[in-house]
Order: sequence, then structure tokens, then C-alpha cells
Amino acid sequence: MARAWVYAEVTPDGPHPAALELLTHARSFDEAPAAIALGPGATAAATELGAYGAASVYASDDPVFAEHPGRPAAHVLAGLIEDEPTEVVLFAQTYDSRDVAGRLQGCTGSALMGNATSITDPRHARAEIFGGTKIVDVELAGPAPTLILLRPKSIVAEPTGGIARVVPLEADVLEEVRGARIVERHEEATSGPRLEDAKVVLAGGRGLGGPDAFAILDELANEIGGAAVGASRAAVDAGWVPYSYQIGQTGKTVKPEVYLAAGISGALQHIVGMKGAKRIVAINKDADAPLLAMADLGVVGDLFQVLPALMEEIRRRKGS
Amino acid sequence: MNVVVCAKLVPTGTPTLGPDHLVVRSGVDGTLDPGDEYGLELALQLTEQHGGDVTVVSMGPDEAGQALQRALAMGASRGVLVSDPSLRGADALVTARVLAAAIATTAFDLVVAGVESTDGYTGTVPVTVAELLGIASVTAVRRLEPSDTGARIERMTERGYDVYECPLPAVVTVTAGAVEPRYPSLKGIMQAKQKPVDRPSLQDLGVSDTTVTQIVTAVTDTPTKAGGEIVQGDEAVGRIADLLAEAKAI
Repeated sequence: MARAWVYAEVTPDGPHPAALELLTHARSFDEAPAAIALGPGATAAATELGAYGAASVYASDDPVFAEHPGRPAAHVLAGLIEDEPTEVVLFAQTYDSRDVAGRLQGCTGSALMGNATSITDPRHARAEIFGGTKIVDVELAGPAPTLILLRPKSIVAEPTGGIARVVPLEADVLEEVRGARIVERHEEATSGPRLEDAKVVLAGGRGLGGPDAFAILDELANEIGGAAVGASRAAVDAGWVPYSYQIGQTGKTVKPEVYLAAGISGALQHIVGMKGAKRIVAINKDADAPLLAMADLGVVGDLFQVLPALMEEIRRRKGS
Repeated sequence: MNVVVCAKLVPTGTPTLGPDHLVVRSGVDGTLDPGDEYGLELALQLTEQHGGDVTVVSMGPDEAGQALQRALAMGASRGVLVSDPSLRGADALVTARVLAAAIATTAFDLVVAGVESTDGYTGTVPVTVAELLGIASVTAVRRLEPSDTGARIERMTERGYDVYECPLPAVVTVTAGAVEPRYPSLKGIMQAKQKPVDRPSLQDLGVSDTTVTQIVTAVTDTPTKAGGEIVQGDEAVGRIADLLAEAKAI
């Protein structure tokens, strides 16, 4: 069995993009990592997981894993670890994978490291803390396997063109340990590119003053094309836009070509989610806003004047 | 419904690391983690509507008593503080073991925590506590109502939200913005001083293994990016458009 396992989140639409990144991380020290995929779509996802370097994919399509997130997956992983000891299990730093990892730690009593950005070997990894201002190298002790959560987009997933051996798993999850059950799912209606994939991200913060101002960002995104609208935690907490907009430590990590922040001061928790952007533009009335200092282009001004003027300018350039 | 709320003392402002690479917690100004106040508020509302008490549990240095005092002033009935020199630098697993053992000494229907701490951000401790207690859990909760089978819970997801039916007892983590935390009243602050705070020892709790499995071996500053250019309003529009064009976005 492989030294490294990757816990791959799957849906019927395919593996989570972060799973492919995890395989790329794993291949830096294990030529033939294994992936564990649980839930509807797992077997089908094996093709793509194999193409990104999984030598084997342990798969179960059992709906129990989708209906009861977290606990059943952790227990199946714990059982697998008993049967076939491994050195490290890699997880994506997402809400869902984090829950599986935390549960699994309760079973195995092994070390768990969150927010890692790279991994040297099963016992050594690196993380950024305090909003990415400091880098810590961490050594992990305790019983194997170590559990390491890697932040999405810390690495670019590289395909190998490989083919995975699929090992079907029997899900044997007792009723009493299934835990909470999903009875309804609600998805926000969205148009345009996903925040994580967009070439240009327009993000709004407290400076927008209310939910209505997000319409300006929507309109601008529409005018640019290939742009998505996001938000700081302050704007989400205020209820102006849904959580699915949130960029930051809690929320999504984005790495667009251009990141334009309007009315976002730049709390550490926000910077973690966007500092990988290629070009950063920040617009703020307050010349002392921390995000202005780290932006490639910091604009001290009123966003309610700058954004509409920018829209006009883009239209003018398109028209010429 | 009896609710246990997990509370963490976090440094006020940006945390700093000591020479041992651990977050400096003793002798610095600290406060109840703002992320914990949402869960506490939810717990207070639940007990106000459905009866029961709120117990606040914390692990930390003596200063963590300040975090407990704030929670008691907001309306919690009693506190439990686990403080022991051997817990300094405790990692997620040790923290979960201690909290699970402390929670197990109380009679509870629900355990509430923040989604992740404001200084550490690991975000796994609550579910590990649930696993150690052998109970259900739901994270990133924005709404919770008692139901016939336990609780009906809304959990935020990357694309919207899911509704759960959750048996009780259970552990939930509550997101910022789910409720509006109240400010402690003057009366609450006065009453808090009279409320009981238990201080069980690790021995009382039956926790013997406090071995840390995560050791920071080096800390370096992230190379700071050279600051860009600062421009004023009028000049800005053309420059932003240039930058978008340079990125081939327009």
C-alpha cells in the first residue's frame, strides 16, 4: 500500500479540483499514492484521479457518505488504516474534508495539521499563519498515519496520464454511527464563471455599505466578461451576500489574473484567500487600509465614483 | 435543553509567537474569541426559548478566566476552566481530549463551538470532540431548531446550504453572522462574578496523555511583496483599465 493516501471529495460531477492538487502534493514524495473516494460518483471519479497520479482508488458509491457527511467516511478510513497501515492521509482544507479529518483523528489519535501549503514527507509540512505573514515548519509526531490538511490552490495540479486500479470498498456503516442526515439541499442560483475559476474576481467589502451596491460589481463583472463577484467576510456576516461569495481563510481561495477589491480593508483572514492573485487592485477611501499597501495598484478614492467611471472606460475601450 | 459552549481565550489584536514558537498567551491582553460569541448567543437563545442552562467550558491559562467571565456576563449559568501547565502549547488533539472530558462531566443535549478559532484556524477540534464523545455533529451551522427527532439544522456549503436532521446530543459549530451576539449588560457583568466556575484538574478529568504531536521547528517571515503604486481617484480609472487590458481581461 502506498505511503500516502489522498482523501478525494467526489460528487456525481467528478472529483473536487482540490483532490487533484492533493495527488500532485503526494507525488512529491510517493510515486504511487492511493486515493480514497466515498459517495455517489466515486467509481467514475477514479479515471480522473488516476490521470492525476493515483495508482489505486479505493471507491464506494454508497449514498450513505453523501447523506451523512463526515462520520461514516471517517470510520471507513479508520478501518482501512487498521487493515493497511499508511504513513499519511492528505485532505483538502474544505469544510467537508476537515470534518472527516477531525473525526478520523478522534479514532486514530494521530497528529493533525491544518492549513498546510506544502508537504516534504509524511512527518514534515509547512503552513502559513497569521494571514500568511509567517511561515511555520512543523514536525508531526505520534502514531501513523499523520493527517495533513492542505489549502486549496497551494499547488497547480499536474496530470500524469496514469490509470488507477480501482478497489471497490464495501461500506458497512452501522445505523447508530451515521450521525446527522441531510434532508434538503439548496444551491444559490449563479451565472458566469465559478469564483474559484474566474480570470477576474471583483470583491466587495464593508465599504459597499449594503447589499444594493453589489449590483455595481455584478454589472461590472458582466461588462468585463469572465469575471466573478466575491465578498469579504464582513459583507457576508452582515448578510449582504450569501456565504458562497466569501473569500478568505474561511471561504474560498482564489488565484485570478486580476483581483479587484472594493471597500475591503484587508483583514488577515481575507488576505489568506486572495494573496495568490497575479494582479491586485484595491479601492478604498481610507488611505491606511492594509490592502492598499499590498496591492499592485492601490486606489485611494470613492468606489461609488471609481467603479461607474471604470465601467464607462471599459465600454469606451470596447467600442473603439 | 442544556447546552455546553466551548470558549477560547485569544490574544487581542495580532497574535505573536514566543521564542519557543508557541503563541504567547500568558500576560497578554486576551478576549473571548469573537467567533465563539455567535455560538454562545445561539445557545442563550435556545435555552431562553426552550429552558435549560448554558455551561461554558474553556481550556487555557488562568487568563482564560476573562473569556469565561465575558460569557457568564452575556448570560451563561456556569463555567468550567481547565488550566494546567502541561497544556501549554496543546495541539488540536490534546485540546479535544481535554474539552471532551470536561464536557462529559456535565449533563448536556448540545455542545456549541465556533467554526474555527480566530488565532489558530485549524477548525477540527469540535468534530474530534464529537468523535471522542461518540455523538453526531454538524459544522458551519447558521440555524438550529429543536425537532421531534433532535434538531433541524441549516449548514452553509460552498454553493448554498443544506438542511440536516440531527439526533441529540450533538456538537455543532456556529458561523459568524448566524445570530447577533448581545452585549453584556452591567447587571450581567455584576452577576457574572457570583456565578460558579469549576476548575477540575486533569486528574479529575482522567486525562493523562497531553503529549503534543505537532512541533513547530522553524518560523520565518513571509517575504514581503514590494508595495505597488498608490493613485488617487481621477487617475485611477485609466490605470485599472490598463491593468485589466494587460491581463487580457478586456
